[in-house]
Amino acid sequence: MDISQFERVTDYEWRIAPFGEMHVPAVIYADQDLLREMDQKVYEQLTNVATLPGIVQAAYAMPDAHWGYGFPIGGVAAFDPAMGGVISAGGVGFDISCGVRTLLTGLRASDLAPVKQKLADRLFEQVPAGVGSTGRLRLDAAEMDAMLRGGARWAVERGYGVAADLERIEEGGCMAGAEPDQVSDHAKQRQRGEVGTLGSGNHYLELQEVAEVFDARIAARFGLHAGDVVVSIHCGSRGLGHQIGTEFLRKMVIAAPGHGISLPDRELACAPIDSPLGRDYLGAMRAGINCALANRQVITHLAREVFAEILPGTRLTLLYDVSHNTCKEEQHIVGGRPRRLFVHRKGATRAFGPGHAALPADLRDVGQPVLIGGSMGTSSYILAGTEAGMAHSFGSACHGAGRAMSRHQATRQWHGSDLVRDLASQGILIRSPSLRGVAEEAPGAYKDVGAVVEAAERAGLSRKVARLRPLACIKG
Amino acid sequence: MITSYWQHFPHQADIGVRGVGPTLAAAFEQAALALTAVVTDPARVAPNEAVEIACEAPDDELLLADWLNALILEMATRRMLFRRFSVNLDGHRLRATAWGERVDVVRHRPAVEVKGATYTELKVGRIEAGLWLAQCVVDV
Repeated sequence: MDISQFERVTDYEWRIAPFGEMHVPAVIYADQDLLREMDQKVYEQLTNVATLPGIVQAAYAMPDAHWGYGFPIGGVAAFDPAMGGVISAGGVGFDISCGVRTLLTGLRASDLAPVKQKLADRLFEQVPAGVGSTGRLRLDAAEMDAMLRGGARWAVERGYGVAADLERIEEGGCMAGAEPDQVSDHAKQRQRGEVGTLGSGNHYLELQEVAEVFDARIAARFGLHAGDVVVSIHCGSRGLGHQIGTEFLRKMVIAAPGHGISLPDRELACAPIDSPLGRDYLGAMRAGINCALANRQVITHLAREVFAEILPGTRLTLLYDVSHNTCKEEQHIVGGRPRRLFVHRKGATRAFGPGHAALPADLRDVGQPVLIGGSMGTSSYILAGTEAGMAHSFGSACHGAGRAMSRHQATRQWHGSDLVRDLASQGILIRSPSLRGVAEEAPGAYKDVGAVVEAAERAGLSRKVARLRPLACIKG
Repeated sequence: MITSYWQHFPHQADIGVRGVGPTLAAAFEQAALALTAVVTDPARVAPNEAVEIACEAPDDELLLADWLNALILEMATRRMLFRRFSVNLDGHRLRATAWGERVDVVRHRPAVEVKGATYTELKVGRIEAGLWLAQCVVDV
């Protein structure tokens, strides 16, 4: 887009002063090239978000921002319920609590080499991925509600993982305030066979090698050393979250005039946080968060079983689990005083700085691990939250590379089988039920994730800790 | 002669589905075919089993989103893909039959699962004499 529309605050911060109905400015964190490559829709969507009731400080976009639904993907916005602030189903997205977790294996890339092929094959067999796949678990109504209340804690209590895992998950693995009664029967029906499944699209389970360390001190605290093997899992709340998003978006569109809210775009549908509909959504969305946390926990268990079979004695320990499609109630300092805000992060990762009470005690002095997923075949990054980020973006950073090209363009440019062969020649094994799915997710269809994390660091949102290189990717 | 057809249109992260036909109902049927084509080539799907769908909305645009979302729900819970559609509209009330079969990963080679129909680029209406259009972006 045209960068003359912005006031340049620094080389990595671009501001749009409020105009029209905007209550606050809009701010994009990016370098000039990333900003120029962004779709004009990001400008439109971000300035629309700035018109919503009760928005605080600014509407923010991260360096990987792109055209989303109402909110840009890579958008961050906080609302104050005391000022008539709203909660938006579109501002959270369809895949509630989609996120990334990374597990340390204690293995070196050289240990893995002789069994990499076998490991990839077994993971592909054991972790359900792609359209129509179902998990091992079938939840009855009572277990479904228990899962929606308990999240990863529910999974651990049923033997899928260990108590130590919970300390390394946001909210201790269990989002408080979840209300399974606000989740429709359709949503629960959609989830019945989907617990412990990866899904499709850009979701994956990847074996990765720590290829580069940028901050040795923090990397050591995170348990990362060059040459180490880690496992990363990217997925969300599956059909249940999608159905909650669909149903509440519709309810909020229809109820908006009754709440005195005029929507510049229907996808921005929202309801006052302190309204019955706002509270119902909050309860359902929090249940969706627990569903995603339980899902990633069950998949972790499946990965551990495969490692135990092929490399007995290997212990997979959880480094951290982040969600990047959420609305969370948090306290932030605004204008010098603490305020209780509802922070929407749509395609943005929470990135709390050192000292934050929400961080696990043993990582509190270094800041939160911020896990940035790559696209198939490209690098992923691990960053750490910073103090500056708390003030810049309510403690938020980017979440991935962001698409540069539509799926349709990607399938015209690449063939799945060629990509699988090319990546194999670079030592990256791809296992996927769909070659067209592989083509749609071609590495070249995404922006350069390296440029995105560089901009996030330069803007002060997070600090680079390590770069991960893919070794094998199980793709949905 | 006026023919019905479907298309995909680009969205940066996802994909748009568009149906065009001589009636609004035909445009809705074509949009549903475009939805199946996001997942697989509709020609690979056998129309063996019928599923009844009914929905109602305050306007035509929300009705299109509801129709596609009802199909997405059936695809997810029955693990089916649909190939043939018959839509009847009475104001903003829809009754339809969708014919398809259970997903067969080897034969259908499904590329991606659809999460939901969105209100982005959501448009329903006449485009020219005798032709109706129904479209929106779906999140995948």
